[in-house]
Amino acid sequence: MTETAALVAERPPRSDEDETFASTASDRFADASRNRANPSRSARGGLRRLRRIATRHPGALLAALWIALILLSAFAPALFSGQDPLDGVPADKMQPPSAAHWFGTDQVGRDLFTRVVHGSALTLQAAVIAVAIGLVVGSLLGLLAGFIGSWVDDVIMRIADVLLAIPSLLLSLALITALGFGTINVAIAVGLSSVAAVARIMRSEVIRVRSGVFVEAAFASGNRWSRVLFRHVLPNSIGPVLVLAALEFGTAILAVSALSFLGYGAQPPAPEWGSLVSTGRDFMATAWWLTALPGAVIALTVLSANRLSRALDNEGRRSR
Amino acid sequence: MSIDLAHTPATAARAAEPLLDIRHLAVRYRTNDGHIDAVRDVSLTIGRGEKVAIVGESGSGKSTTAHAIVHLLPNAAETHADSILFDGIDLATASRAQLRRVRGARIGLVPQDPIVSLNPVKKIGAQVAETLIVHGLADRKSAAYRAVDALEKAGLPEPELRAQQYPHELSGGMRQRVLIAIAIIASPELIIADEPTSALDVTVQRQILDHIDLLAAETGTSVLLITHDLGVAADRADRIVVMNQGEIVEQGTPAEVLGSPTHAYTRALIAAAPSLNAAGQVERVLEVLDPDVAARVFGGRAGEPFVARSRLPGAADATLAPAVLSARNLVKDFALPRASGGGTQRAVDDVSFDIPRGQTFALVGESGSGKSTTARLVLRLAEATSGTIELDGRDITRASGAELRGLRRRIQLVHQNPYASLNPRLTVEQIVADPLVAFGLGSRADRRRRAAELVDVVALPRTALGRRASELSGGQRQRVAIARALALNPDLLVLDEPVSALDVSIQAQILGLLSSLQSSLGLSYLFISHDLAVVRQIAHRVGVMRLGELVETGDVEQVFSASAHPYTRALLDAIPGAHASGAPVIGR
Repeated sequence: MTETAALVAERPPRSDEDETFASTASDRFADASRNRANPSRSARGGLRRLRRIATRHPGALLAALWIALILLSAFAPALFSGQDPLDGVPADKMQPPSAAHWFGTDQVGRDLFTRVVHGSALTLQAAVIAVAIGLVVGSLLGLLAGFIGSWVDDVIMRIADVLLAIPSLLLSLALITALGFGTINVAIAVGLSSVAAVARIMRSEVIRVRSGVFVEAAFASGNRWSRVLFRHVLPNSIGPVLVLAALEFGTAILAVSALSFLGYGAQPPAPEWGSLVSTGRDFMATAWWLTALPGAVIALTVLSANRLSRALDNEGRRSR
Repeated sequence: MSIDLAHTPATAARAAEPLLDIRHLAVRYRTNDGHIDAVRDVSLTIGRGEKVAIVGESGSGKSTTAHAIVHLLPNAAETHADSILFDGIDLATASRAQLRRVRGARIGLVPQDPIVSLNPVKKIGAQVAETLIVHGLADRKSAAYRAVDALEKAGLPEPELRAQQYPHELSGGMRQRVLIAIAIIASPELIIADEPTSALDVTVQRQILDHIDLLAAETGTSVLLITHDLGVAADRADRIVVMNQGEIVEQGTPAEVLGSPTHAYTRALIAAAPSLNAAGQVERVLEVLDPDVAARVFGGRAGEPFVARSRLPGAADATLAPAVLSARNLVKDFALPRASGGGTQRAVDDVSFDIPRGQTFALVGESGSGKSTTARLVLRLAEATSGTIELDGRDITRASGAELRGLRRRIQLVHQNPYASLNPRLTVEQIVADPLVAFGLGSRADRRRRAAELVDVVALPRTALGRRASELSGGQRQRVAIARALALNPDLLVLDEPVSALDVSIQAQILGLLSSLQSSLGLSYLFISHDLAVVRQIAHRVGVMRLGELVETGDVEQVFSASAHPYTRALLDAIPGAHASGAPVIGR
């Protein structure tokens, strides 16, 4: 088998429904209408697009602002709170939310708001690593499975099936027991558990794009298969995967927090969102804010990531 | 078919007035980029028993006009009309209930695309009978019988069997007949046929149009035929209406419109229509490349555009064989899916031909004849089951690895559908330079310069370089595809239906470009087409394919004027407009 013959699946002769004058009628109509459309309003640009998203989907704008705020707090927590997250004032312990302590204080008098702000660094770091691992490994596997097909596809997808059959949190727990405790290990475990989902989406997109005429044209132009894959197939199939990545970011924050809550992640007294909720649990009856407020921050972040992912998806559909 | 007595004209006065009278129709579409006036001020009448054809190119508003009559436009359309009188009923102001009574029962619509216009999960018979049932014209049982009758009238063989089948079991031509059956079953007074045959082969097209003619003649039904093909309109209509940019530019009998067109657009349309012109008579802008440009852009070696060669392009080389490529006894079998019983299907059966150097060899045939598969074998995008392919005397049938990639420098491909063959994420410059990058030829600056030169050669503006393919029109995209194919200085271009997805005026431009490139650069073409009229204009030698076999090969004039094979003659007879160009008067 030769290079191209091995990669381009042999298709039986096409029937008459393929690419006739009628099947491209809508494309020609679009050409004609574009020629005749009022050109003054057809200006394009990223800024204009952003403005449209902002006015049409105010929810998405709020979500983006919230994520930006959280990211800022991860890199520069000092901007938000001048206090020390680890040093407590015992006299001020267990105070409810007030102007001096927005989120109240914990059992040793540490300011909870400061701890949440400083905790975002650890949580986000873990979530970003997790998404990056899931995205890179999953995309690569999906790309190979979809592009090469045959037994490679079978092997990769059956492994993905097995991974998908196990609840992802359970899978992460199993991986952590093997890797050991710690924020980075939590991130790796969460990332690996999302590989299967990413690989599946990537594969289905690659299969759609691979049968495209421009991919055959790329082979006929003399491209090596690796170049066809990364230059022509990948950019046209990555869109839905990026949307999934935004969604996975929210899920990863939830998973990282859950694992920290269970005690596998950051060890006290280091602040981390999940472990903050976990320690607050002991005082649930007397100090509701210790669990409720960090919990609310987690929930808002996850919701924002979901909303943002949906907005990206809609935009992707419009431009496709 | 029995003519419904209630619908026959009662008085002479009524018979004299037209069946359909559209006055000052305008349709405007709202889009994201502002609004588009798809139809502006169209007034049109259709008499009883008259056959009117609206001809125009994509976006001329012909389909919009037809759909506006029965209010079947999308929500983004705003319609204004003084009146659309259909047998005394003003459809422009009709209520939904009134419209429902007219649609299907008194105006039958044959939609454009037979592939998507049928419900895939309902049996054919039920879909045909539905019109009668929703209008209360028949009960369920007699509707089923009449559906079988209608299928038979529409020319479907074995109508009882077809009525029990699902759409996917039928071919495109058969599905189009089903759509016709749906349109005629309620004996409407007007049939609107929106490009009813443009997805079909010429021989099938001819049968279906013959059938619509026959039905209309039998029942006195009026027909409004929407088509992009002036030849079809000339053959079939009593009156031709030419539309451009949402306006009627000319109307009259076929003899008037074709014989003495008054509007410039009509003249341009006739000049561009291959089917209405014998060989060589098409007015094409055939600009031969400036020899300086040819030497500068194509002065490099084949496959090495940045390495100069001594011989000028286009100059004959006596040391080379007369055939650039010869195929001998090519066979291609496809394995059928196991689900449908396995086995193999022979797509190409013992095909042999030579492509003369510097000339065009055309493979003609209907869909499924194996012509595209043959092209893929020559390009080595598919593996031949047996047979040999020789390029300049070297056997390339089993070339693989580096040798196969080397072949790409010599043979390049232009696809049928320019809307799908360009990577939507890349700019025109990146697309044109892609083959150069693939072979690592030249520096970045060299490649940029060459892309700019090539875009010039195919007559695109320089500003196109930075734009994405999706911002260009179909004709411009096909020029980009040709520029890409020329990037490596190939000897042979395989053109797989390069103009069949384009409007006639764009077709003529692209064909003109291809012939001028050939005469300036001495390129050889393998030209795949289903359209004999196009082939007659561009080819030097022709091979006619049928069911995988090459039934006839010969010089273009010999095949067209003194064809030896009955199938070739059948194909030639089916070219629409063939009757019109010879005889000035078309009548019934």
